[in-house]
Formats: sequence, C-alpha cells, structure tokens
Amino acid sequence: MKRAARYIIFYSALLGVWILLAELKVWPPYLFPTPWGVAQSLWAGFADQSFLIAIIVSLKRVVIGYSISVVLGMVLGLGVASNKFLEETMGGLLVSLQSLPSICWWPLALLWFGLSQNAILFVVIMGSLLSVTLAMEDGRKQMPKIYGMAGRNLGARGFQLFWHVLVPASLPFIVSGLKQGWAFAWRSLITAEMLYLSLGLGQVLMMGRDLNDMSQVLAVMILIIALGYVVDGLVFKTIERRLQHKWGLVAAS
Amino acid sequence: MTASPQTFYHGDPGVPLRGRNGGVATLPLREPAPGTTAKVSLQEISLSYKAANGKRLLALDKISLQVRPGEFLCIVGPSGCGKSTLLHLIAGLHHPTSGQVLVDDKPIAGTGTDRILIFQELGLFPWLTVKQNVEFGMKMKGIPKAERNERIDYYLRLVHLSQFKDSYTHQLSGGMRQRVALARALATEPDVLLMDEPFAALDAQTRDLLHDELERLWAETGRTVIFVTHNVREAVRLGDRVVLLTFRPGRVKREFKIDLPRPRHLEDFDVAASAREILGELREEINRSLAEEYQQGVKPHIEPGAQP
Repeated sequence: MKRAARYIIFYSALLGVWILLAELKVWPPYLFPTPWGVAQSLWAGFADQSFLIAIIVSLKRVVIGYSISVVLGMVLGLGVASNKFLEETMGGLLVSLQSLPSICWWPLALLWFGLSQNAILFVVIMGSLLSVTLAMEDGRKQMPKIYGMAGRNLGARGFQLFWHVLVPASLPFIVSGLKQGWAFAWRSLITAEMLYLSLGLGQVLMMGRDLNDMSQVLAVMILIIALGYVVDGLVFKTIERRLQHKWGLVAAS
Repeated sequence: MTASPQTFYHGDPGVPLRGRNGGVATLPLREPAPGTTAKVSLQEISLSYKAANGKRLLALDKISLQVRPGEFLCIVGPSGCGKSTLLHLIAGLHHPTSGQVLVDDKPIAGTGTDRILIFQELGLFPWLTVKQNVEFGMKMKGIPKAERNERIDYYLRLVHLSQFKDSYTHQLSGGMRQRVALARALATEPDVLLMDEPFAALDAQTRDLLHDELERLWAETGRTVIFVTHNVREAVRLGDRVVLLTFRPGRVKREFKIDLPRPRHLEDFDVAASAREILGELREEINRSLAEEYQQGVKPHIEPGAQP
C-alpha cells in the first residue's frame, strides 16, 4: 500500500514535469512531444500493427541469440572453470573482451554474414556470451564440491554429470549472470537493428528519427524498456522464485 | 562370523585389550577365513599430499583391511586421522598414492555403483524432491521407469518417508535428510555401503532411532557396511568389528571384535564397557593430536572433499 503510494507520487511528479515542460513550449513540439502525443503514437503503431510486427521480430531474434549464448556460455564457462590451462589463458581473454562493446563486432559480422539476420544474431551472441560464460565459470567455482562428488558417487558420468548435476547445482550462482546476459543481449539487438533496415524495434526507432517524429521515438523507447522489464519480471523473477522454493534460499543472487 | 588370531575379543580373558606399552600395534594383514573371500580389501593403502607449506604430508600409511561380505565394520580415530579420506578412496573419488582397493578381488577403477558413499554433509541435491533424489542413482544406471518407481516406494517406506516424497530437502529435519540419503544410497542396491559420520550432527534421540533403523536395514538387506565415526560408543553399538586408526599418519592401531548380541543399545552395559576399553586407546591418539597441533600451531587439517 505504502509502496504503491510512493510509485504513484513519483510517476505523477515525473509526468507533471514532462507536461509542464511540453506545455511551456521551451522546445518545439517536434523536438519535445507531450505525453498525449506519445500515447497517440503508441496507439497508432499498434493500430497499424507495425509495432506488433517489430516486437515479434525483435523478440524472436533475441530469444534465438540468447539461447545460443546460454548453451555455448555454459559449456565454455564449465570448460574454463575445470581446466587449469584454459583458465589461465582463456580466462583473462574473456575478461578483457568484456570491455569491448558488442556493437564493435558489427563490421566483422557484416563482412562474414552480409546484411542479414545472422549478422544481427552474431552481435547479440557476442553481447551476451561473455556474461554467461563468466557467470558459469564463477558459479562452477562457488558451487559446493559435494554435489559433483555425490553425482559421481551415484554413477553420473560425463554429460549426465554436466546436465543432471553441474548445471542445476550452479543455477543459483549463475542466475544473476544469466540476467545480465539477457540485458546485454537485448541492448545489443536494439543497437544492431538501428544500424540495419530489419523490421525490428530498433529500426522503427530509427524510422521515427528519419521522419522527425519524436513521439514515435519516445513511444518505441518506452516499448523497449517495457519489454526488458516484462521479461525480467516474468522469466527471471519466476526462475528466482522457483530456486528459492526448491533450495530454501533467503534470496537468490 | 569367522575370526582370525589377530582380532581381539572383548570379554575373552586370554587376550589383553590394551596394547602393552601403548605403542602402535602393527597388525599383520587380516586374512579372510578359508572359504570366504573379502568383499572389500585394502592393500597397503597410502596417501600423501602436498600441504600448503610445500611439504609432503603422509595422511594414510599402509592401511590394510579385509572386510567380509555382510560385515558391519566401524572405523574410529581422532579427527585428522584420515578416516573420511579412507572412505573417499574406497568410493573411488580419490586415488591412493600407493596400494590398491579391491572389491570382490578386482581392483576398482574410479567410482562405481557397487559402492555407495553417504557423505558426512549428505550431498542431497536441493534442486530435486525427496523422490527424485532417491531416483537419481537408478536413473544414471538406466534402470527402467517402472522399476525405479517400485524401488522408490519400497525404500521410502523402509525409511518411513513416504509422505514426504514430494518435499524438497530443505523442508526436512536433519534426521529426515539423513534417512533420504540412506534411501538414496540403498535404492541403487550397492553391495557396499560407505557411511561417513552420518549421525554426527544429529540430536541424541534421532540418532538412537536411526541406529535402530540402520541395524534393521543392514540385517534385512545383508549389505556390507563400512562406517566411519569418531564416536566409539556408536561404533560398538553398530559394528561387528571396530578398527582404531592412529593420528596422522593414519595407521591401523588395533582391531576389536565386537561379538555382543544384537539388537544392541547405546546404554547397554556391555556396549559401554567395550567402548571404554577402546576409548582408552583412542584417547592416547587424541592427546597426541592435540599436543602436535598445539606445538606446531597448525590449523586443523581439512580432509579432501570436506566442505569449506
């Protein structure tokens, strides 16, 4: 109740300032739209289905790219964590690569894959792979050794051990890394889409700029934020809740 | 029950229980009686490892033991004598520096579902329900679903946990978790059950109850049990034979045959009397370990596999 009240106060104040600035016409309306202008753009975008198509296209891309990242990252992270040679060599490389913004892979992706869906996927994967890998490496080290031993003791070998023991045992330790990977994947996707006519949300955003339609730009920005928030709330909060329920943790991550 | 001349009988007036001058009695290899082969045979097992200061430390020194099929063997010793490590070696989780472990006269190659270890920390999987924990080993072995379900029901009934089969392990009490670990180990139907201080963290009532249950299960299933504990009375309560290890490096100091009638109880006079005899010898080792740690100021040694 109190929390809801705080939210209402904060967001009405924010909206109030926005309306005030827009109505004072400090900047021309095409540079600084009113909230109703943005709402109208949102309505129009959904009415002609262009936003819906953009959302579907973008979500599909990010889901594919992120899934590949998670699978690759888990294998890679586990490899780095359990092999001293890899840890000493590749471990450092991975950390240093993380300082590279994923969009820097764009020129390379264009040369390798051409102007295509695959180029975008490549950037998404490069954006999130490192977070997942480093999280898995860390998770494998934090995970109590007893689970691996108990698994071997009960006859788990090779892939069985990986899939039935190491992955679930490390999940509470890597869930925050997975979340970070998701955020990176989403950002990389939008950035890449902005650079290439590709139907996704990023392109609709750029279209708003090209048409000097600031309301559309803001409308799409709101959509991007909202989608990121919804996935976090639905997917990751659910995973965290289930982990808490199973493991009896006070708070995962 | 076969006995060899090297074993010490409690209550046998001819054989003194105490070593004459408290020294380490080096026992010759205990040969199984003719006609019986040893289920588990340790042949001069030694283990050394590099300590933090770079020196090589000898943890186990030429341990030889023969365990008969269906025998309940207890291993006692002061903390740091390497008793948990010894179980890990038998389980195949680590390799000895020298010597070998034979099961049914064949050297072991790594872990195997013929020997299941119940860890001191249990190692139950928190992401699985009680039922799924019990199922795990069978699933890894590729046992068909129908048989798995049958065995889950059977073993959960055996440890009185049928109503809790869909609970997660953190929802259970310590004693219940202990019984899940027992059911999980038994469900794979191993020939040898290795137990590492399984009841150390439990309250007295629960422990008594689980002693009774373990004795019953052992009698019903005919498994070979190797049970490590620092509690001498528990060892006498449960074991057919009690092996006393010395403090670092771990050597077999003495073996005590316990031929008290079963079922036994912790409060039994005979159990207490036998325990007192063994405790006398164990105390020397404990004092030695305390003195050594006090002098060197070393931190207590953490056995491999122990949780940080």
